Amino acid sequence: MKATIDYTLRLGDSALILSHRIAEYCSKAPHLEEDLAITNVGLDLLGQAENLLTYAAKLKGNTTADELTFKRKEKDFRCVHLVETPNIDFAYILARQFLMDIYHNLLYTKLADSSDETIAGISKKAIKEVRYHLQRSQDWVVRLGQGTEESHQRIQNAFDELWMYTDELFFDNSTDKEVAEKGIAPLNSSLKAEWKEKVNQVLQDATLKIPEEIHHTLQYGKNGCHTEYLGFLLAEMQHLPLLYPDAKW
Amino acid sequence: MGKDNQGVLWEVFIQPKAGGTYKHVGSLHAYDKEMAMQSARDLYTRRSEGNGIWLVKGEDIVSSQSIDDEAFFDPANDKIYRHPTFYKMPDGAKHI
Repeated sequence: MKATIDYTLRLGDSALILSHRIAEYCSKAPHLEEDLAITNVGLDLLGQAENLLTYAAKLKGNTTADELTFKRKEKDFRCVHLVETPNIDFAYILARQFLMDIYHNLLYTKLADSSDETIAGISKKAIKEVRYHLQRSQDWVVRLGQGTEESHQRIQNAFDELWMYTDELFFDNSTDKEVAEKGIAPLNSSLKAEWKEKVNQVLQDATLKIPEEIHHTLQYGKNGCHTEYLGFLLAEMQHLPLLYPDAKW
Repeated sequence: MGKDNQGVLWEVFIQPKAGGTYKHVGSLHAYDKEMAMQSARDLYTRRSEGNGIWLVKGEDIVSSQSIDDEAFFDPANDKIYRHPTFYKMPDGAKHI
């Protein structure tokens, strides 16, 4: 049970924090159409986060999705480092999205067959959304890669810088091993080969260099150890409910 | 970004129900048809407005010019005999 809660929190937190990063970008995209489109992706992720955190709250008992979102401390979050990274520029945002979209596609496809019925149900609904997210972010990666000299350089820089955060996606901690044994979720390491193949394919299409594999020696977000970025994000996200507990509007 | 690099204008038509007619709902800017289709989906169908999308490049649409209004449309005003309003319709006839 503890492992299931931890795992559900991780899925929910990763969707929540990525959605918050996208929300921060609202009104700042290069043009109006893209602004609406990327914000829609953020709203999809927020919906997934709500479903997952509601389930985590039910398993935990005596709490709600809102409380988990607004009243937990940084070390209690379980999101992966990749979604915590800040919005450096448009290329960076799209590269981060693309890396997560491929991962979510593979993961939710497997989770649709989870032995946990609620997780399977949430995943079946999410897979339709993340499939579209991937189509969008993948097109942008190719477009920026094949675009101007500047767009090519920026998307290449983004992948070079974000690459070190991708190994966490395929790292299995004790929670992963336990939920895998119970048939709730696949081992992350089992998704790596397919993820790499798909990422490589798109990067080649985009005429981008595939960054070298880096082993990230820091602690991982899924273990509750976060990047320096998360604390600032939470300070902003949780500010209002902490200042005015249980405010209604 | 400058004002001139948002791509070309596309007109968007949505089909509310399968088999129904496509209706013009608005326009958008995009660099190519794939991007135009994705934007159309995000801008115009996210609240279940329909399940079919047509896109036409604005420049491919031929439209009448307002300078032609008099010659094109005014002559219709005084020719009521072009409307089938002089027939007596039997009671109960529908769809006229």
